[in-house]
Amino acid sequence: MLDFYRRLYRTIRPSLGDDEDAVRTDGGVVNDGAAGSAPEPDRDFRTRVEAALDRHFGSDFIESSIFWLPPFLLMGLFVYGAVIWNLLISLTDYQRFENAPDYSNLDLEMYTRALADSGFVDAAINTLILLVAFTAGTLVVGLLLAILIDRGIRFENTFRTIYLLPMSLSFVVTAQFWLWIYNYNNGIANSVIGTVGLGPVSWLGNQNIVLYAVIFALMWQFSGYAMVVYLAGLRAIPSEHYEAAKVDGASTLKMYWRVIIPQLKGATISAAVVLMVFGMKAFDFLYSLSGGYRPPNGADILATKMVREAYANLNWAYGSAIAIVLFAMALGVIGPYLVYEYRRDNL
Amino acid sequence: MSDGELRTDGGATTDVRWNLEGVTIEDAALYIVLLLAAAFYLVPIESGLVTSFKTGTAIVETAPFAPPGASGLTFEKWGSAIDALLRGMGNSLLYAVPATVISAFVGSITAYGLTIPTWKKSYKAVVLMLIIAGIFIPYQAVLVPLTQFWSQWVQLGEALSFVWALGIPNDYAGIIELVITHVAYGIPICTLLFRTYYKTMSEEMIESARLDGATLRRVYRRIVLPLSGPMFAVVLIYQFTQIWNDLLFTLVIVSTESSPAAPVVLILAGLGTSLEGQDFALRMAGAFFAALPTLAVYILFGEEFAEGVAA
Repeated sequence: MLDFYRRLYRTIRPSLGDDEDAVRTDGGVVNDGAAGSAPEPDRDFRTRVEAALDRHFGSDFIESSIFWLPPFLLMGLFVYGAVIWNLLISLTDYQRFENAPDYSNLDLEMYTRALADSGFVDAAINTLILLVAFTAGTLVVGLLLAILIDRGIRFENTFRTIYLLPMSLSFVVTAQFWLWIYNYNNGIANSVIGTVGLGPVSWLGNQNIVLYAVIFALMWQFSGYAMVVYLAGLRAIPSEHYEAAKVDGASTLKMYWRVIIPQLKGATISAAVVLMVFGMKAFDFLYSLSGGYRPPNGADILATKMVREAYANLNWAYGSAIAIVLFAMALGVIGPYLVYEYRRDNL
Repeated sequence: MSDGELRTDGGATTDVRWNLEGVTIEDAALYIVLLLAAAFYLVPIESGLVTSFKTGTAIVETAPFAPPGASGLTFEKWGSAIDALLRGMGNSLLYAVPATVISAFVGSITAYGLTIPTWKKSYKAVVLMLIIAGIFIPYQAVLVPLTQFWSQWVQLGEALSFVWALGIPNDYAGIIELVITHVAYGIPICTLLFRTYYKTMSEEMIESARLDGATLRRVYRRIVLPLSGPMFAVVLIYQFTQIWNDLLFTLVIVSTESSPAAPVVLILAGLGTSLEGQDFALRMAGAFFAALPTLAVYILFGEEFAEGVAA
């Protein structure tokens, strides 16, 4: 396997071939340093470069690069290479059955087109609503579950397993379940609100409701995740804090609000970031709800709009432009998060 | 245990407990809430399961979460669901298993190279940030280039023509493309998971081995890899679930559910929809059948799964 990466590494970065060789000669240098009395000039140069690099980057830099550099390059190619390529494509007019984009004439036409497209604006607004409502709702439910489970209950593992179960299912699978629950005639949702005299409601057919119905289903699927993150956060709080609050005569509610929840800031931030990213990826769920590129009316988000424009309407460049907007939104969330984690020395 | 007692006591200070054979009102309320929550999480799944065994009339006549009853019971839908999806199950395993194993292994060596060896922290942080940011990239941002890459640049379908000559449909190039794609996008999360684990590893053993002149490769093979077992379990389970469940990449790489190489999620997304309306029993049976591998993994390795998602 390593040999494969070494070869891959060489083909991708032939200019670094020298450093790569240095990795292997390094072992020799250590072992027979005394025997190598007259180093050839080439090797001497190599040793010097190596020493300079080591001085600059740290003693194990070159030797360790064989481990992380090839996967890093593969990932970089597929992630960052593709994002940059996507940015380029979004500046072209690539569409239909053209084999490749024409890169000679770049402009921002696709972005101005997006701003003038009411479908795009609606999808962007829906994306924001989905992100905020889904993230906030999931965090609240997850926190409540974590607090309940953390109160030293019996069958803790069973409850935790049940709450986390939906998370192990595919969006494609859960979409089938919710399609059935939201069914107008026979679904559970309508029979539940029917018991209090409401409904029936066309959950997926009403444009004003469908987005919230989707958010509710997504909360069902991911609140178990938020619970697990909060549970880890709660377990990290020393028990003296609970005792101290108790000695001060604080009520249970006050204790959680004043003492415990503020200490869960780290857990909240990391769970929120992950949930927002899941929210942006809700494509799979919406695609499966309708069984096609067009989600139910009123539930179009940027993720579904992008795929539909590119793969159903073959507006490749336009799809790429929407993708860049989505990417920028994701970056707005991830960037500050990574800086925060770095500052806390948590990377 | 002492931990548990402490927490329940938290409530005791607020008011007098009503003791009923050691069970307080508060405790009872707590368990009722927990059970209601459990019902909330289970009902969609349970109602799907009972519905998958119902005949057309039973679906209309019985409550969605009620069992079908003797007259409304049928296994026919499961039969047709299995017929429709079995091929897809095989295809999904064909890429999910190799992609899971490879990405876990690659993640392990990447995390090792970025954690145990000593080099400048600020440079490490840059590499790590770029890798971790890769976890959160919305895949939409790479789809069009990915399609270009696999359809125009690297045409596996033509490069592997000798394989298709053996009688394997050339749609299976899509399976190989899926493996490579999932490995590339799986590296960030696998690296992060292994890194959290390697950070807690005892430094003394590794340092003394290094002082004895062991190369990094040897340290990895002899010390780090043998100790990585528990984390491999976590990563393999997490990755398998993610890759099995993913629809987006299969949609753009394999594209049609009629392809012989179509993965199970792709077939399931269109199952049970026809001009006459939606066949919910068939949909539910299909959903359960497609979810069987991940459900089995979850039930057997719930702890590891929880650890994987929490990291």
